[in-house]
Amino acid sequence: MCLAVPGRIVRIVDQQGLRMGDVDFGGVTRRVCLAYVPEAVAGDYAIVHAGFAISTLDREEAARTLELMRQVEVQDIQQDIQADMQPHGQEDEP
Amino acid sequence: MNTRDRAVSANSDALQCPLPSRKNDLIVLGHGSGGRLTAELVRTVFLPALSNPILDRLDDSAEMSVGGSRLAFTTDSFVVSPLRFPGGDIGSLAVNGTINDLAVAGAQPLGLSAAFILEEGFPIAELRQVMQSMREASRAAEVPVIAADTKVVERGKADGLFITTSGIGVIPGNLELGPERAQAGDAVLVSGPVGDHGIAVMSAREGLEFEATLVSDCAPLHGLVSAMIDSGSVIRCMRDATRGGVATILNELAKSSGVEIVIDESVVPVRDAVRAACEILGLEPLYVACEGRLVAIVDEAHADRILAAMRRHPLGADACRIGRVTRRGEPRVALRTAFGPTRLLDILAGDQLPRIC
Amino acid sequence: MKFVDEFRDAVAARALLDRIRATVTKPWTIMEVCGGQTHTILRYGLDQLLPREITLVHGPGCPVCVTPIEMIDLAIDLSRRPGITLCSFGDMLRVPGSSCDLFDARAAGADVRVVYSPLDALELARREPSREVVFFAVGFETTAPTTAMAVFHASRLNLPNFSVIAAHVRVPPAIEAIVSSDNNRVQGFLAAGHVCAVMGLEEYRPLVEKFKVPIVVTGFEPLDLLQGVAMCAAQLEAGRAELENQYVRSVRTEGNLSARSLMAKIFTTVDRRWRGLDVLPKSALALTDRYAAYDAIRRFDLVHEAAIEPVECRAGEVLRGRLKPPQCPAFGRVCTPEHPLGAPMVSAEGACAAYFHAGRLSTAAMEAK
Repeated sequence: MCLAVPGRIVRIVDQQGLRMGDVDFGGVTRRVCLAYVPEAVAGDYAIVHAGFAISTLDREEAARTLELMRQVEVQDIQQDIQADMQPHGQEDEP
Repeated sequence: MNTRDRAVSANSDALQCPLPSRKNDLIVLGHGSGGRLTAELVRTVFLPALSNPILDRLDDSAEMSVGGSRLAFTTDSFVVSPLRFPGGDIGSLAVNGTINDLAVAGAQPLGLSAAFILEEGFPIAELRQVMQSMREASRAAEVPVIAADTKVVERGKADGLFITTSGIGVIPGNLELGPERAQAGDAVLVSGPVGDHGIAVMSAREGLEFEATLVSDCAPLHGLVSAMIDSGSVIRCMRDATRGGVATILNELAKSSGVEIVIDESVVPVRDAVRAACEILGLEPLYVACEGRLVAIVDEAHADRILAAMRRHPLGADACRIGRVTRRGEPRVALRTAFGPTRLLDILAGDQLPRIC
Repeated sequence: MKFVDEFRDAVAARALLDRIRATVTKPWTIMEVCGGQTHTILRYGLDQLLPREITLVHGPGCPVCVTPIEMIDLAIDLSRRPGITLCSFGDMLRVPGSSCDLFDARAAGADVRVVYSPLDALELARREPSREVVFFAVGFETTAPTTAMAVFHASRLNLPNFSVIAAHVRVPPAIEAIVSSDNNRVQGFLAAGHVCAVMGLEEYRPLVEKFKVPIVVTGFEPLDLLQGVAMCAAQLEAGRAELENQYVRSVRTEGNLSARSLMAKIFTTVDRRWRGLDVLPKSALALTDRYAAYDAIRRFDLVHEAAIEPVECRAGEVLRGRLKPPQCPAFGRVCTPEHPLGAPMVSAEGACAAYFHAGRLSTAAMEAK
């Protein structure tokens, strides 16, 4: 139960006592409730689910995670990528 | 989940008594989505009553021979809500939508009829705005509205305004086009980025703001189609993507031709803003409505030539290949994903439901 | 999209797959708990790319699939009452209750509306004081805080016409039910990352210790799933059973303290029967007495009636990973996505729907040979 998308907090406003904000998701901005990320400031990234920020995204951890993910002996695999990633049990498309 | 383990177990203990399918004795919104429920309704209610050789083809436009001419005739209803959205309104939709059904049959549109159902209490000022919009669309497309009708229903019975347009056009004598004509090896093309219209409409409803203005792609395609035909290329069939998006019309064409189509997901053009909006709303761009995009299946040998012709036209500037027809056989549309594996791009039962999961 | 696209990179996916392939020497069965994770796996075909030794079982983490059928019936009944507007997330509308679904109810005249957030329902209640607005609050702990805030805010505004059907459920009891059931085949779990972003990690430690299963809190992009599988497989190969966090960029050990705090104020934990599973103790969230005014069940005197699940629907066994959908006699015959008998065929993430679509793909391929 988990569709949540990261976006950048652009502006923070108070709406009838609720801490709200405009969050930019890569070219689309939407008003989101920021009550659960009281420490977040404009410029921070938040994870947004059902109209609420449920967490902030730690950019340093994100970078570290990506580093870990990419660790491998990379030898010109870019062009083999499609050919090599043939799923098991599935025949080639003609 | 291994593809090998998929045989249905022939367990003799299994319950064999079938439960009767849930009865659909009322119309549900899904019946209007253009997906499976719509197809079922057409098959079980409309066709049995109205069946004739022309209707049974279920083409976008009906074709008839009159004198020495090939005429195309089509009809469509417009019930969009909200009535106005970035890039258009129900009026421009009503004009362009019907023009497009004629265009993808290869027809040069001659004229439209427009029937208006107005709700009691609908502001006349708004009606004027819609009419202004229709006038502009009609003029831009050079297709006049040559017949019209209007009715009023009681408050609450029509969501403001419904418009039905019908259109008539002429198909060039030698043009051979039809949804059953796709062949193995053919190229599948799209005329531009998908999903603009659906997201533009939703943005008005769902409070999405776009950094770069995102507008509906609502536009008349007959000029683009003329350019495509004039290129001398062999076009097997074309369809304009409306409700149900590109995925739905690909399935329709696959079924009519009895072929498998494979689409390469990473080359389907989608504007960044549309992609982002789909991510937030939990939608798939390939199922989101367009109103000014067509899919064409063409002879592979002519694909480059026809793409060049499309790209010279303002409405085809971003035209590209998105896949090909692979083989005759069980009709289906498969999507080769960014990582390589293929998944089924099936027709939806009803409207695409926004995901929360 | 930033922090999304990078985690969908095909080159890095290849690297992770290589690492997994190099690690596994034995067959392992791993369950990804959340429907959103299932969606990613199917969307990118990860199950086809992983080495044969890894079997992924789709877990019950799709609220569409596990929302008790009684609650759907309650929502449908309520929506039929005059003056009531029922607001729901889109994917609940086609889930069959005992006799019909919310779409059918709408067709018959009920005011049923799709919302993306409980705040939309709250806003509707504010704008239309003459309507009774009821929000069908479905979902796991990821969504529960959003309902909690809506209820809290409604009480602060003293809104007289807003209430919720509290149908939220908790993940840890589901994992416990699966891992402790007879014939359990699941050896490791990829826990739901966004649930843990809210609740933190510690609830899962007792499960790891009691059942000696690896639990890796995992995100939702394809690279997250692959890294989660890599971490889980590494544990299994080494005979370890630990609680690990793959989704560190979004999940803190303590979770979201302000969300947990408000949830504790608004909700209390109760036993509940999950659709397709048994009664799971302390597995659901109900409104506390203090917020009874916003509890639609109490407000409208709704009675839980025992629900009738079609006998043919074997969702329970599917949800536990004990039956593969194609083994169900109703699969693809009387039960299809257009006419589903049970929830796992309705939801695109449901195991049955997933098999249905994938099966059509491979069956056609086999026929074409």
